[in-house]
Amino acid sequence: MTRKGRRLTLIASMLAVLGVAAGLVLFAMRDSIVFFYGPSELAEKALSPGTRLRIGGLVKDGSVVRGENKSISFVITDSNKEVRVAYVGQVPDLFREGQGVVAEGVLVGPGQFRADSVLAKHDEKYMPREVADALKKQGVWNDGAPAPAASK
Amino acid sequence: MITEIGHYALVLALALAMVQSTAPLWGVWRGDVALMATARPVAVAQFLLIALSFAALTHAYLISDFSLLNVVENSHSAKPLIYKISGVWGNHEGSMLLWVLILALFGALVALGSRAMPVDLAAATLAVQAWVGAAFLFFILLTSNPFLRLAQPPIEGRDLNPILQDLGLAIHPPLLYLGYVGFSITFSFAAAALICGRIDASWARFVRPWTLLAWIFLTLGIAMGSYWAYYTLGWGGFWFWDPVENASLMPWLAGTALLHTAAVMEKRDALKIWTIFLAILAFSLSLLGTFLVRSGVLTSVHAFANDPARGVFILAILVFFIGGSLALFAWRASRLRQGGIFAPVSREGALVLNNLLLTTCCATVFVGTLYPLALESMTGEKISVGAPFFNLTFGPLFVPIMLVMPLGQMLAWKRGDLLGAAQRLMVALAVGFAVALIFGALRGGPVLSIVGVAIAAYLVVGSFVEVYGRIAARGVTLGGAISRAMGLPRSAWGTAFAHAGIGVTLFGLAATGWGVELVQTIKPGDQIALGPYQLVVGDIVKRPGSNFDATVAPMEVRSGGVVVATVNPAKRFYPARQMPTTEAGIATLGLGQVYVSLSQQNPDGSLDANLYWKPFVTLIWIGTLLMALGGGLSLSDRRLRIGVARRARTPAAQPAE
Repeated sequence: MTRKGRRLTLIASMLAVLGVAAGLVLFAMRDSIVFFYGPSELAEKALSPGTRLRIGGLVKDGSVVRGENKSISFVITDSNKEVRVAYVGQVPDLFREGQGVVAEGVLVGPGQFRADSVLAKHDEKYMPREVADALKKQGVWNDGAPAPAASK
Repeated sequence: MITEIGHYALVLALALAMVQSTAPLWGVWRGDVALMATARPVAVAQFLLIALSFAALTHAYLISDFSLLNVVENSHSAKPLIYKISGVWGNHEGSMLLWVLILALFGALVALGSRAMPVDLAAATLAVQAWVGAAFLFFILLTSNPFLRLAQPPIEGRDLNPILQDLGLAIHPPLLYLGYVGFSITFSFAAAALICGRIDASWARFVRPWTLLAWIFLTLGIAMGSYWAYYTLGWGGFWFWDPVENASLMPWLAGTALLHTAAVMEKRDALKIWTIFLAILAFSLSLLGTFLVRSGVLTSVHAFANDPARGVFILAILVFFIGGSLALFAWRASRLRQGGIFAPVSREGALVLNNLLLTTCCATVFVGTLYPLALESMTGEKISVGAPFFNLTFGPLFVPIMLVMPLGQMLAWKRGDLLGAAQRLMVALAVGFAVALIFGALRGGPVLSIVGVAIAAYLVVGSFVEVYGRIAARGVTLGGAISRAMGLPRSAWGTAFAHAGIGVTLFGLAATGWGVELVQTIKPGDQIALGPYQLVVGDIVKRPGSNFDATVAPMEVRSGGVVVATVNPAKRFYPARQMPTTEAGIATLGLGQVYVSLSQQNPDGSLDANLYWKPFVTLIWIGTLLMALGGGLSLSDRRLRIGVARRARTPAAQPAE
């Protein structure tokens, strides 16, 4: 095969593979991307129930209710709006009232959320970044204000 | 005092790095051999100074010198010795110091092992390496200095993040950095080749061992990180498609591609420009990984602290090196003459396909990792791209790689016989189908798992078909076959083992579909059926550790009434940080594992637990060990030994002169 022929084969196969990859990426982007909102943003957006989301904020003090069979319910707040989250399963070690949390799951109704995973922060030093940002938007948090988050 | 010596050594190292990054290049420019010759001793000295600095920081950790801010924030006098040592890099500043230490180590190794290299190439390589070193030394000294003192030292430190107090911290970061940063040297080689405007098969011979070395360490580092996450995070997962994991996977994919094109270049003098590009790409992705992990743009256990100045600094380094090297590439690559011609169906053709697929896989991971960051910085929308995205994109692109892998091994250079190769693979195909039938009949379960183990079996058998064909010809006795096997080039064995390793890992991944998962409340005396085993819960006890308190729920694992293992899942509480952690109880039975992790204790004294039976799960990591073993075998191949290039070159180079 000539150099030109070889080059054409190469380019054709390259385009084919890249085309397939681009198709896969676009397809997957449509179905498996999850948006993140804080409680206030969530209230503004008025999304339809069934939307898959990640929400984050602080676990409201005194809001945690543990039920039968590891079911747990708590309120995520940014001190402006609140979302009640229902979850069945184990919550992470660092899940506590008054601390940052991120929940991924499905919106059930206005202010009602059913989570299928709950994440807390990795260590006591800082908030999940999304949560910190969402709280900053509400003016509840600024860098260095809460004592545990400021140890730098 | 020792601390100040360490600090000063770091500053001196920066000065030397700056010398090393300019003087040899000036020498190359002017053709001045004396200037070029400065590169080697300076590279070694630079490494020794950084090593001294690292030793000083380690010393501060060992004696718990709480006048050092870094030690206060990350250590505790009651911490076990091993974590005092590994705690040195269990924080941002220390891990960056380890980063430059390894960078300088590779520079020094090249300086010592490059006697066979043309003097200008060696000088330019070490100079480029020093550019990278100088940039990161600046970064450490200006934004992340581990030697900062406190005016009023506290009596006790704040302890290391308990999640990091694990043997994994002693192993995972050094291995990963040896891999990550190891690609710096191939980057430097590539930039040097562009600067010198000369590249040939002997260049590939110099570069390949370093690529292999970095690749082996990166493979082990990723595998170790995955196993660590698996046993420490307590939910039994081993790969989360977390941006930080992706950051290490991308250089691995590019590095794997580079490994294969370097072989083409060495043997056939082809694909030169592409090889150079991959060498730049692999290290660029390592730098990107460093940026993602160290800048605090991501929330992760790896991101120790958020400081915007650091992020901007690393971003600047990133832009400078990636932009600079690509500009150099655009400017000089056209000077490199293209080499040998080959037919599409040939070993070269197969390796081109391998590269095409690997880099495309890498690109999808890149898109999935960076798209959320790009979207957020442009629109403020926060999204997460999780496992479903990567499974949908990476999976379908990686399957063809695995299918054609054994085929490629069997094609001849220049022009291959596709039909013949396919015929020789019939055995592997048959084994694959047989495995699918056996597992389908015995276990049933998800179709993907059955397809997965079938491909895995095909790949493992297919990887060795080529070697088998070279050993066992008609009429060869067993003794003859063994001596033939010993006589085969080690790199042939290396390829077979590394490829089979991918099959073995795939088998472990596919078998997760047959796992059993239970969430239960347990109390002493409970009997729980878990897959083929029964678990009997013993008395829940409190056991104090050196710097934590533990609640342990020992369990017996029984098979048909016989105790085959015990597991001791525990909850730990670290008072220094007021932080609980979960210690999974794991028992390896055959190739599978029983995995128990505890969550909270209920008011009545019972515990909530996650219990898993994971058949064949150890194969995931055994496969990666096989890949590394394959890399090691190739590295030990006579042809690739560092320094051999000179002996081989002397007669061969004659006609070319």
